[in-house]
Amino acid sequence: MKVHTMAELMMAGETPEILFWVGCAGSFDQRAQKITKAFAAILDKVGIRYAILGKEEACTGDPARRAGNEFLFQMMAYQNIQVLNGYGIKKIVTTCPHCFNTLKNEYPELGGHYEVTHHTGFLQQLIEEGKIKMKEKGSFSGKKISYHDSCYLGRANHIYEAPRKVLEALDAELVEMKRCRSNGLCCGAGGAQMFKEDEPGQKRINMERADEALETGASFIAAACPFCNTMMTDGVKNREKENDVAVMDIAEMILTEME
Amino acid sequence: MHYLPQIIFLVLSIAGIGIFSRKIAEIRRNIFLGKPENLNNQPGKRIQNLLLLALGQKKMFKNPLVAIMHLVIYAGFIIINLEVLEIILDGVFGTHRLFAAPLGSLYNWLINGFEFLAVGVIAVCIVFLLRRNLIKLKRFISKDLDGWPRSDANYILITEIILMSLFLIMNATDQLLQASGNEHYHITGVFFFSQKIAPVFSGMSQSSLVILERTCWWFHITGIFVFLNYLPYSKHLHIIMAFPNAYYARLELQGKMNNMPAVQNEVLYAMQPETAPNDAAPPAHFGAKDVFELSWKNLLDAYSCTECGRCTAACPANITGKLLSPRKIMMATRDRLEEVGKNINTHKQFVDDGKSLLHTYITIEELRACTTCNACVEQCPVSISPLEIILELRRSLIMEESNAPQEWNSTFSNIENNFAPWKFSPDDRDQWIRDIE
Repeated sequence: MKVHTMAELMMAGETPEILFWVGCAGSFDQRAQKITKAFAAILDKVGIRYAILGKEEACTGDPARRAGNEFLFQMMAYQNIQVLNGYGIKKIVTTCPHCFNTLKNEYPELGGHYEVTHHTGFLQQLIEEGKIKMKEKGSFSGKKISYHDSCYLGRANHIYEAPRKVLEALDAELVEMKRCRSNGLCCGAGGAQMFKEDEPGQKRINMERADEALETGASFIAAACPFCNTMMTDGVKNREKENDVAVMDIAEMILTEME
Repeated sequence: MHYLPQIIFLVLSIAGIGIFSRKIAEIRRNIFLGKPENLNNQPGKRIQNLLLLALGQKKMFKNPLVAIMHLVIYAGFIIINLEVLEIILDGVFGTHRLFAAPLGSLYNWLINGFEFLAVGVIAVCIVFLLRRNLIKLKRFISKDLDGWPRSDANYILITEIILMSLFLIMNATDQLLQASGNEHYHITGVFFFSQKIAPVFSGMSQSSLVILERTCWWFHITGIFVFLNYLPYSKHLHIIMAFPNAYYARLELQGKMNNMPAVQNEVLYAMQPETAPNDAAPPAHFGAKDVFELSWKNLLDAYSCTECGRCTAACPANITGKLLSPRKIMMATRDRLEEVGKNINTHKQFVDDGKSLLHTYITIEELRACTTCNACVEQCPVSISPLEIILELRRSLIMEESNAPQEWNSTFSNIENNFAPWKFSPDDRDQWIRDIE
């Protein structure tokens, strides 16, 4: 499998159908890299001509902006928009809801206009179009999966159905947590919390959410965000349930079950 | 002497409405101490929000039972106030049940309808009093409400019970007087609920009944005027403010943060110096330290808050025992704004009092606990965004005071130098490709 960068395609005089925005977690975090590779593998299998920015990609600025550092955010946005517009990018798909939200909702008024999709929506479309076909008897068949809503997909962008529709293709039993969809509880990572210790309190937010997920009795916790994934994985490990319950990204689940 | 009651009534009405109007004008002035922002686009969408969220109370229906009970109080309260129109006209002209003759049997239907609602309101107010004070519902026993806010909530419920009881007793005595053939009391037909309580008063003399009926009438209308003037000091102001607040609610997706064009331009001028105008002045402040630097919509939010605590009950930080409570953010903003308003009343203009919303009212620890998950915004039945205030205060902390936890400073410098929040070399950003090749 060969992953091309925009620079390489440009040199070859080609334009991809879509840009895969990998994001910082997807690029550097060891766990999130697996999600990146899984999604890239799906794109490859389906035969979509895509490219990444590679070394030219930079943080969208989301954590800086939400921490309060607007200067840093604007600097990152300026750089990214220069690069994206320079390549004439029209369509972007990303595996990170934070990148998705910033690219889709916050870059337009700074001069960056793109059609941005989150990979759950993208996968849903591929499944509906029949481009992704699932194995007859998959390994998730009959198993319980609980989907954890990412705040930046759900409340921030009203995407509740796409990830669930994708999971339905796995022929598994979807079980909802008590707080789901618009009432979903945050994993604790948003607003730049990922990069600092929790404030003093009685419990970590990811433990509260992991406990709720474990209560469903599901064997798989499905996530659609690399940060939620880390938080939920830590929570499950902390309760010493990592041998019974796996935290997986929706892209990883689809890849293992694709024909 | 014949006109004395009418004169007293007129004075009472003018005073009641006059004092209320003055206070509302003051609240309006306070709200516009905030930064200007144009929120008049897409009027169709805004009217839809007003009808669905304010009039239809859509968000309340996340819990249908409570929503229906709340709707009974709300509908009862609003519809019964139609009857206040008759009371006011009777008061001004010295008449009695002015609408009874012209409306005929419709009048009986109307009053019966009002009585039905009045009984509903009393029943629900009792349930709500019990729910607030006996059931240990976390958002009601929270320390956010210690002191005045908790009493305020109870006063409102008790006042509504009293007002509705006065209305029913008034009707009950009226019917006894009708039955006794008192000419002043028109025959109106039977009122279903007050008929049931009439026997309690049947032993009373004609003159006592008239006194009781008149007392109820006077207390009912005085109560309404007093209540009207209590509103601006109470969480109950939401019955008015929910409407403009729904209309001016932000229409963008909740995930979008407000842009800071001033900072956007500063960055642009730094990157492309040729675009910088010669007279570009740096903005006066970054983010909000005090109410003046918030948008007027944030301040309207503060006056609209019902202190119900749905935001706080859904807040992941609060649920896990952190100091942050979105409800407290809104209450603090209103308290500070009221304080600033009093300051202006006294000195004709704002005189620095050494206080500010940030630090004096809202601490750093509260702000730092927010995950920007939008749960508070999603929950609010009256279209408030506590998150916007939190984020504006965070901007002030970082950009004005350079006040960030050490970990965030590292994150910032990593983003700036390595283009990622972690200390990895930007050259390794596509390392994962080499792993799979």
